[in-house]
Amino acid sequence: MAYVINGTEVEHDEEGYLTDINQWNPELALEIAKGQQLEMNDERWEVVNFLRNYYDEYQVAPAIRVLTKALAKTMGPEKSSNKYLYELFPYGPAKQACMIAGLPKPTGCV
Amino acid sequence: MADMSDYIIDDRPDPLEMPEIACGAMAKSKPFVAKPDHQQPLGFPGELLPDWKERAIDKMGELLGKYRSLQVYLDSCVKCGACTDKCHYFLGTGDPNNMPVARQDLLRKVYRRYFTFSGKYMPWLVGAQDLTEEVLDDWYSYFHQCSQCRRCSVFCPYGIDTAEVSMAAREIMDSVGKGQKYCNEIIGKVFKVGNNLGLPKGAIRSTLEGLEEEIKEETGLDVRMPLDEKGAEVLLVTPSADLFAEPHIQGLMGYAKVFHEAGVTWTLSSYASEAANFGMFIGSYENMRDVSLRIRKAALDLGVKRIVFGECGHAWRVAYSFLNTLAGPFDFLDPRYPVPQHICEFTYDLMKDNKLVFDKSKNDQYRLTFHDSCNVARGSRMGDMPGGQFEIPRAILRASCNHFFDMAPETIKEQTFCCGGGGGLLTDDLMELRVKGAQPRMRALQQVREDHGVTHMAAICAICKAQFTKVMPKYGFEMDSILSVHQMVANAIVLTGSTQARELAEKMNAAAGNGRAA
Repeated sequence: MAYVINGTEVEHDEEGYLTDINQWNPELALEIAKGQQLEMNDERWEVVNFLRNYYDEYQVAPAIRVLTKALAKTMGPEKSSNKYLYELFPYGPAKQACMIAGLPKPTGCV
Repeated sequence: MADMSDYIIDDRPDPLEMPEIACGAMAKSKPFVAKPDHQQPLGFPGELLPDWKERAIDKMGELLGKYRSLQVYLDSCVKCGACTDKCHYFLGTGDPNNMPVARQDLLRKVYRRYFTFSGKYMPWLVGAQDLTEEVLDDWYSYFHQCSQCRRCSVFCPYGIDTAEVSMAAREIMDSVGKGQKYCNEIIGKVFKVGNNLGLPKGAIRSTLEGLEEEIKEETGLDVRMPLDEKGAEVLLVTPSADLFAEPHIQGLMGYAKVFHEAGVTWTLSSYASEAANFGMFIGSYENMRDVSLRIRKAALDLGVKRIVFGECGHAWRVAYSFLNTLAGPFDFLDPRYPVPQHICEFTYDLMKDNKLVFDKSKNDQYRLTFHDSCNVARGSRMGDMPGGQFEIPRAILRASCNHFFDMAPETIKEQTFCCGGGGGLLTDDLMELRVKGAQPRMRALQQVREDHGVTHMAAICAICKAQFTKVMPKYGFEMDSILSVHQMVANAIVLTGSTQARELAEKMNAAAGNGRAA
């Protein structure tokens, strides 16, 4: 199971999460998003970039509330709800956005 | 984003309606198999062993010796049929292997073949069957279609508990190298990081600080949410989802407000940052104990006097029913309080002593019902009266909300239906099962929506909350129609000295003034 970017294979698990998060690059994000039937626009990039920065600092994805509060600051209060995130990532902001950002899947009762 | 799919039925659907039988309909439903990395930290072989059959039979023998109940359950079924239409997965899928008796028989037929006289010598007479790859395949499929909710056992005249049979089957599979990825990966994370989500200390601290700021903005008060604070009176053990997901996190803010108003110091622990104990789901005593011992160690290290559990269904079963034998004795805690205590008991006790003020009107946008979570309803209790686990959460909701309505009696309390995602099945690779298994609960909710205009449902289990968020849109409800019980508390509680207290006082003065004027 692998994504193919410019002839290079990047391995992923059964669901599409990268096996090695260090192999992520923006081009790969486009490819992962395509597999999810999502086109990457500015709003989606905003979320993905936030996730990556947060992960760099804390080694885990942020709580949904942390994400929505951050988006409220950068994109305005109307774009700061869990519902809005589901519009951007219909399969769930935590899971689908993490996949595109190359981060591990959040596990547990979520 | 609500996906108005085929599951919505317009006429008044009966939650208990017998489905059309669909043989093998769910045979293909199988969760991802654990990889060696997920197996080994739990002490299980990395992959299916060449001699798995012999090992599986040996393991079954070991479990029969260890748990007398298992042998009783396998011996005592008389095929009366009382359980057949009691499982939400059967009602939702119509697959006859999801009738509890049929599920048990998958294990029972192998038990008979190798452990009973008649099965050894006349297997054809007693439905005994060799353990084969096909049987193992069926086990993997159908023992991951049981959420161990124990609804069937309420109706079994012999008290056979399918949850125990299912746990034994999963333990046998783990012991031969065929584990389930979802549960085992998560237990590994608890051992490595301290919680199911893998939240390191820094992330927990940063999230808590954000929540403290939020409560400060709302109330004007410094409501603390401490982490690893030595000398606190209470250790709060809560599901890590309470630090991550919606609506879980609103529940956590509710606990914090209650502790604040009670004037009781409390702390979370980064080492025991998880209430959930998936060791129970996989039937592994050793793993369940290792997860529980983390709580004991945290309580000792932090020097707390009490342990309180947050809103997590199966955690409360493990805590209430097993914690003392797994990780006790807790003689170092304050004997004046139950060990452990549920956050609902904590809040309820304060209510009884008139120590909490609620402004119910803050929840007037909700017409509310309550979903009894299976492990709380049928595997534990709360308070000092029988049925306390049913009455205490309802009393809290009634105190914090003006509009509360119960669902049909045959779908609540000890007869409650599982959310469809319990018992280690809350994973995306089982989504079809989860959506179908939620059907009885969703139908009961649709009924109460029709009868009383109910808009929202509250629960005290992280799994239920996550599951409903996902499946409610399939039944015509918004994803945020599911709430935490302590979210309702958080909305309505009026903290001493807060902005809300001033508002309430002004409102009451104005009302009194109007009264005099009239």
